[in-house]
Amino acid sequence: MKRIGIDVGGTNTDAALLDGDRVIAAVKTFTTADVTSGVRTALKEVIAKAGDEAQGVVAVMIGTTHFTNAVVERRNLGRAAALRVSLPASASLVPFCDWPKDLAAKVNGGVYLVEGGHEYDGRPLVPMDEKAVAEAARKMVQDGIEAVAVSATFSPLTAECEDRAAEILQNEAPDIHVTKSSTLGRIGLLERENVALMNASLIGLARDTTKAFVDAVAESGLGAQLFITQNDGTVVRAEAAREYPVFSFASGPTNSMRGAALLAGIENAMVCDVGGTTADIGCLVNGFPREANNVVEVGGVRTLFRMPDLLSIAVGGGTKIGRDPLTVGPESVGYRLSERALVFGGDQVTATDIAVAAGLITLGDPSKVASLPADFVQAALAKMHENIAEGVDRMKTDATEVPLLAVGGGAMLIPESVPGISEVIHVEHSGVANAVGAAMAQISGETDRIYRDMDRDEAIAEARRAAIAAAVEAGAEESTIKVIDVEDLPLSYLPGRAIRTRVRVVGEAAALNEPVPA
Amino acid sequence: MSAEDIEALAVGAWILGTGGGGDPYQKLLNMRLLYEAGSEVTLVDPLALDDDAVVAVLSNMGAPLVGQERLSDPEFALKPLRMMEEYLGRKFDAVMALEIGGGNGVHPMMVGALTGYPVVDADTMGRAYPEAQMTSVAVAGLRCYPLTMADIRDNEVIIPRAASWRWMERISRKACTEIGSVAATCKAPRSGAEVKQHGVLYSVSKAIALGANVLKARAAHTDPIEAVLSATEGKRLFAGKIVDIERRATEGFLRGKAKIEGLDDFAGKEMVVHFQNEFSVAYLDGEPIVMTPDLICLLDTVSGDGIGTDVLRFGQRVSVLALPAPGVFLSEKGIAAVGPRAFGFDLEFKSVFKEPN
Repeated sequence: MKRIGIDVGGTNTDAALLDGDRVIAAVKTFTTADVTSGVRTALKEVIAKAGDEAQGVVAVMIGTTHFTNAVVERRNLGRAAALRVSLPASASLVPFCDWPKDLAAKVNGGVYLVEGGHEYDGRPLVPMDEKAVAEAARKMVQDGIEAVAVSATFSPLTAECEDRAAEILQNEAPDIHVTKSSTLGRIGLLERENVALMNASLIGLARDTTKAFVDAVAESGLGAQLFITQNDGTVVRAEAAREYPVFSFASGPTNSMRGAALLAGIENAMVCDVGGTTADIGCLVNGFPREANNVVEVGGVRTLFRMPDLLSIAVGGGTKIGRDPLTVGPESVGYRLSERALVFGGDQVTATDIAVAAGLITLGDPSKVASLPADFVQAALAKMHENIAEGVDRMKTDATEVPLLAVGGGAMLIPESVPGISEVIHVEHSGVANAVGAAMAQISGETDRIYRDMDRDEAIAEARRAAIAAAVEAGAEESTIKVIDVEDLPLSYLPGRAIRTRVRVVGEAAALNEPVPA
Repeated sequence: MSAEDIEALAVGAWILGTGGGGDPYQKLLNMRLLYEAGSEVTLVDPLALDDDAVVAVLSNMGAPLVGQERLSDPEFALKPLRMMEEYLGRKFDAVMALEIGGGNGVHPMMVGALTGYPVVDADTMGRAYPEAQMTSVAVAGLRCYPLTMADIRDNEVIIPRAASWRWMERISRKACTEIGSVAATCKAPRSGAEVKQHGVLYSVSKAIALGANVLKARAAHTDPIEAVLSATEGKRLFAGKIVDIERRATEGFLRGKAKIEGLDDFAGKEMVVHFQNEFSVAYLDGEPIVMTPDLICLLDTVSGDGIGTDVLRFGQRVSVLALPAPGVFLSEKGIAAVGPRAFGFDLEFKSVFKEPN
């Protein structure tokens, strides 16, 4: 099965065309301010490079750090109102109270606390104040709010309040987009509400971005289906990504680590992915990124996402290098590398210029960096090596020497020897590992159901079967399926023994295992 | 107490919580807001208390899981104290924590910040335990009443008298369950003399020092688990990944067990840790190897953060540590109150530490 993986990063937009797990063609292009034209260019170039072999591409998988970057860099975010159904409880810690102030100031489109919500045993806390919900909706319309996040106490156990509140909001304000926290999972009101609010603030951007992706794929003439990769290394159809952009958070690093594993044929290693802005260091365990343990912060906001355990340091191709005194980052010229770097005729010394001056890579016009003093170049390089080596050391879990896979457009900045590392491995196409990872993104299957009169083991086994069936139905190869998440919530208020069980599984796309035709 | 002390306290208390007492995060958030608004908390040496000083013993009672959804609120913590003052007809001289473990270690700080009452550097558990009779003051046989309790609606409960600590537990637990399995309480007030003689002294400073040690290790990128061990004379028992959690909220408690698959040095082994709000007994490959009153702490292997029984998750990488218990619980009466049999395990208590002389 032929697929194209595209990774839209802060600096570069990469594309790789794969047949099974063979890379047919790969290209690296610049990310553009409008994103779309960069994607269009990458698609056009990779198709041209593949020539006749581009025939028969059935799917395009796009991985993007666009939504994460929007939160981290506080741009392109819409204002979102928060409607929390919890009073008289939870009054002191209002929505946004644990957000970084600058981000809250951008996103906060009004906070509405109303009476209602449930107890853990299913009883209403107090009856929901429907009038207050309707009033809040009218106020949101007056304020010109386009999205709202609704959260209610114990909504993962019973979504009644959120469902009813959403209904009222839609009646009063049909144009406002509603994100319900119960659709985003997990017990933990503050964290679930945070995620719902981020989702709501990204809805406008998600609509525009997915539309741009759809258009770019349509214009390519491939007739392929469009998928967007998610933070757990799986893909969803574009329509789903449009509603839940938060699920695409951190998909970039997952893609690049999985791509690195495939390209190097190694399943246990450290990975250092040097992009334009940062170097992301992670740990591959059995071909999968090691996951972060508990609460994960996105742009300073607490969430309960499952994300790869990553250390991001400010070393990338676009990293600004200062002289006198010598500084490396943290600022980067980002997607403006093509105009700002010396080798491209700009006036800012970047890590890319240092790499060119040191003869590690040939790019742009090398004569533009010829005047950089050799000791400055060496000192800057040494500083970057030091930062990377320290980061790798921090992410290692034990003293055993393991290989380090060097990937990303800035992989030339990784030193050839790193303490605690058996060897530094560079492989073909490593510059586009993330696009390769996107192309090989896995198929997931999920179930979230209430089981009655079953003991817990039976209910989970049943849910697991249902999730696997869903994954197989979606195109996963059964023998490769792994359970990545199990959550069960006892529903003591329902008659009979009842348990709400969520199980999520992932597997390789079935066709990837088929022999590649000669 | 400085704002930094409060931050360190939250980290240390969560570790000493042995899985219970609630995640301190929300209470820490409230404290940050209170400090930003200009409040401050004074910590007092318990030995400086007058013998006839009256100290309010405060806690949040119930299933920690509920606290994840019904967020902490300082005004709600203050209510039972005001009820108790009205009932006694006098003001308190100071407040203290029932348990230093988890969010309950930070709980009296919120009341201290709102009222200006000093907070005593002591508690009655040196950790967190689920039931009323599991305190140093109960083991000492001190009076168990009165108790006040409030919920977020307009319900208030006063238990003027109970026949024993166990009766106090049963009655208050029933009331707590009815109002949603979470309640702010003010337990039987203690005199300065009682605190000095029967409290677990300097537990607040101990939690602050422990937390500061962990924060320092994190900043220096050294092993935070080592930082915990060095600050507490604890032992590392196991490290692995959680592969199964069974949890049920019953009768106001959160009960269940977590199964941990060994990693690295512990590969091929399996640990099962049982809990009732807090971790009570852990089995290694079927054999009980650590039990209460030894403190059983599940910590995030990477950050050294405590992990509550309410936030255990599939896939978490955890280290299991044992920390020594305060001496009062190692006595015969102490073991009877908080040993494995008190949690329904037919096991003879055996400490992982050397028996005290």
